[in-house]
Amino acid sequence: MKRAFLAAFAALLLTVPTFAVTARADEITIGFTSSQTGALNVDSLAQLRGFEMWRDDVNAAGGIKAGGKSYTVKFVTYDDQSQGARVQQLYTQLIVQDKAQFLFSPYSSGLVATAAVISEQYGALMMSIGGAEAKTYQLGNKYLFQTYTPADNYLTGALEVVKSKKPNGTVALVYSDDPFSKAVAGAVRTQAPAMGLKLVLDESYPPDQTDFSAVINKIVAAKPDALLGGGHYPDGATLARQIYDKKAGIKWVTLLVAPDSAQFATLGPAATGISVPSQWAPEVTYKPDFGPTPADFAKRFQAKFNTPSDYHSAGGYAGGLIFQHAIEQAGSIDPAKVAAALDKMDITTMFGRFKISTDPKSHGLQLTHQMVLTQWQMKDGKLVKPVIWPRAAATAPILYPIK
Amino acid sequence: MFEIIASIIDGILVGSVYGMAAMGLTLIWGVMNVINLTHGALIVAGMFAVFLLVQAFGVSAYVVAPATLAIGFFAGVAIYWIAVQRMIGRPPLMSLLSTFSVNMILIGLGTSLWGTVLFNVEVSLPGLTLGNYTFPGTHLMAAALTLLIAVLLYFFLQFTRQGKAIRAVSGNREAAELVGIPTRRVLAMAFGLGAALACGAGALIATMFPFTVLAGGAYQLKSFVVTVLGGLGNPAGALLGGVALGLVEGLTTPFIPVSWTSVIEFVIFIFVLIAYPRGLFNFTFRRS
Repeated sequence: MKRAFLAAFAALLLTVPTFAVTARADEITIGFTSSQTGALNVDSLAQLRGFEMWRDDVNAAGGIKAGGKSYTVKFVTYDDQSQGARVQQLYTQLIVQDKAQFLFSPYSSGLVATAAVISEQYGALMMSIGGAEAKTYQLGNKYLFQTYTPADNYLTGALEVVKSKKPNGTVALVYSDDPFSKAVAGAVRTQAPAMGLKLVLDESYPPDQTDFSAVINKIVAAKPDALLGGGHYPDGATLARQIYDKKAGIKWVTLLVAPDSAQFATLGPAATGISVPSQWAPEVTYKPDFGPTPADFAKRFQAKFNTPSDYHSAGGYAGGLIFQHAIEQAGSIDPAKVAAALDKMDITTMFGRFKISTDPKSHGLQLTHQMVLTQWQMKDGKLVKPVIWPRAAATAPILYPIK
Repeated sequence: MFEIIASIIDGILVGSVYGMAAMGLTLIWGVMNVINLTHGALIVAGMFAVFLLVQAFGVSAYVVAPATLAIGFFAGVAIYWIAVQRMIGRPPLMSLLSTFSVNMILIGLGTSLWGTVLFNVEVSLPGLTLGNYTFPGTHLMAAALTLLIAVLLYFFLQFTRQGKAIRAVSGNREAAELVGIPTRRVLAMAFGLGAALACGAGALIATMFPFTVLAGGAYQLKSFVVTVLGGLGNPAGALLGGVALGLVEGLTTPFIPVSWTSVIEFVIFIFVLIAYPRGLFNFTFRRS
C-alpha cells in the first residue's frame, strides 16, 4: 500500500516540471519602466496606457501566435521616477533578475538613451517608443528599433507654416535644456535660415523653471513673428500660461509635447492658438496593414480609460503592435529572429509608417514616420485640437495670427 | 531700454516674495540657531493649502491666504515639539538632520497623496500694462501683501509682549528664563511664526506660478541665498535681501542666457558669505 502510494507520488512529481515549463513557455515577458512620478509622468502615463491596451487586446485574442504556439504577454514594470539613474538600475534588474525576454523603452529621449546603454550591453532587444533624439541610434547598436519620428523633424512643419504666412519672418527659439529639446532646437538652427527665416533669440532654460517672466521679457523685446520651443509638459504648460498672462502678443507659438496632452486645455484661453508637432492625431487617415484604424483605436482608448488618446498613447499601442507583428513574421520568439523581422519591416499601422534604418551607423533610426502639426482652436465655445499641417492631412484652417 | 526697467520691476516683485519666504527661515535661524530644513516642505504646504481651500470653498485665493498663515503656525509648533525641541543647544548637525527627516516625511506623504503632477491656482487679476510689457496682477498683489506682512511682523516683534519675548530669548536664553519668560513656549511660537511665514510665502507663490510637490526645494535654496544676503536672524534684512536678489536677476537676465541666472546668484552667495558674513542689510535686529 505504502509502496503504491510512493510510486504514484513519484509519478506525479515527474509530471509537475512538464506543467511548469509548458506554462512558462506560453508567456512572453516584456520589461520596461514608466515615469509614474516626476516631471515626465503626464506623458509617460499616456504611453503606459497605450502599452496596456495593446497587451489586453493581444491577450483577449489568445496571445501572440508564432511557430504554432500562442504566447500571452506579461509585463514586468517599475517606476523610474523620471530619473536616468533609476532607469539604469531598473533595466539592469529587468534583464538580469526579472529575466525579461524583450524590452520596451521608458518615455523621453534622455531616459531612452540611458536604457539603450544597458540593453545594448546585454544584447537585449528593445522597442524604442517615446524617444525621438536621433543620437541614440547613431552610436552603433544592434537591437534598438525606433517608432517615433526623429527629433530633427519635429519643428520642420511649424517652420513651414511660418514661412507660408510670413516669408523672411523672424523666429524666437526658447527651449528646455534636456536632450530631446536640444536636439529639436539644433535642427531648427539649421533649417530656419535655409528657409529664409531669421533666428532673433536662441536660449535654453533649466527644465524645472517655473518663472518665465525674464525669458518672456526677452522674447517681447526681440519682437519675433513666431516663438518655437518648450520642452515637456510642466515647463511647456507654464510657459504658455505666462505668455498669456504677460500679454506677450506673439503671432505664432509652437511648443513641444505639452500642448498635445488633453490636460493642456485646462489653461483655457491661454491655450488658444498654441500649436504642437505631433507624432499622431486621432484624425489621421492612415490605412493600417494590420491592427485597428486610427479612429477605432481612438474610440476604444477613450472608452477604456475615459480620457482622449494622444500621440503618446498611440505610440505605446503601436510599439506593441509592431513588436507583435515582428514575432508573427519571424514565426518565433527568438530575439535574433525577431530583430531580423523588424529590420525587414516596411508597414503601416494606425500610428503611421514603420521602417528603420539597417545601416550599422544608424541602426534602428526611424526613416518613414511623419509628424503632423495640431493647433488648439475655439469651436462653439470649446477648445478642440484639429490637424492643421500638412495641409493634405488637415481638418481645419490655420489660425494665424493667434493673438 | 524699457526692457531692462521691465525686467528690474519684475525681478523686484518676485524677489519680495523670495524675501518673505526667507523671513521665516532667518527668524528661526536667528532665534534658536536651527537651520530649518522643513522650510521647503512648509512652502509647498502653503501652496497646497491655498489650492485645496480654493477648491473646497470656491473663493478667491487671497481670501484663504490668512488661513494658510494659521495652518503654517500650527504646523510649525507641531514640528517644533516633535523634531526640534530636544535639539536646541545641541550641535547644529542634530537639528539639521532632524528637520531634514521631517522634510523627507512631509515630501513623501505629499508625493503619495498628490503625485508629482503640476497644480495651478486660478487667479484672475488685471495686470498693469506699460507699453509692450505687462506686469501680472498676481505679482503686484503678492509684493503688496508681502510688504504688509513684513510691516506687521516688524510691529509684532518690536512692540508686542510676545514679540519682545522672542527677541529676548534669541538674545540670551538664560537671562530670559531668569526674568520669567517661558522660553520653551516662546521658542515654539517663534518656530510657528517662521513656519507661518514660509506657508504664507508658499500661498503667494501658488497664486503666481504653478507648483508640484517637489517645488519647495528650489525656493528653499533661494531662501538660503536671501538669508545670507540679509544677515541671519534679520527679517527686515531678509525682505531687502529678497528684493536685492530679484533686482540682480532682473538686471542680469536681459544680457545673459537665462540659464546662467542661478550661477550668478550663487557666486553672489559665496561672495557675501566670505566678505560680509553678517549680511549686507544687517542693521537693527541682532546687536551683539
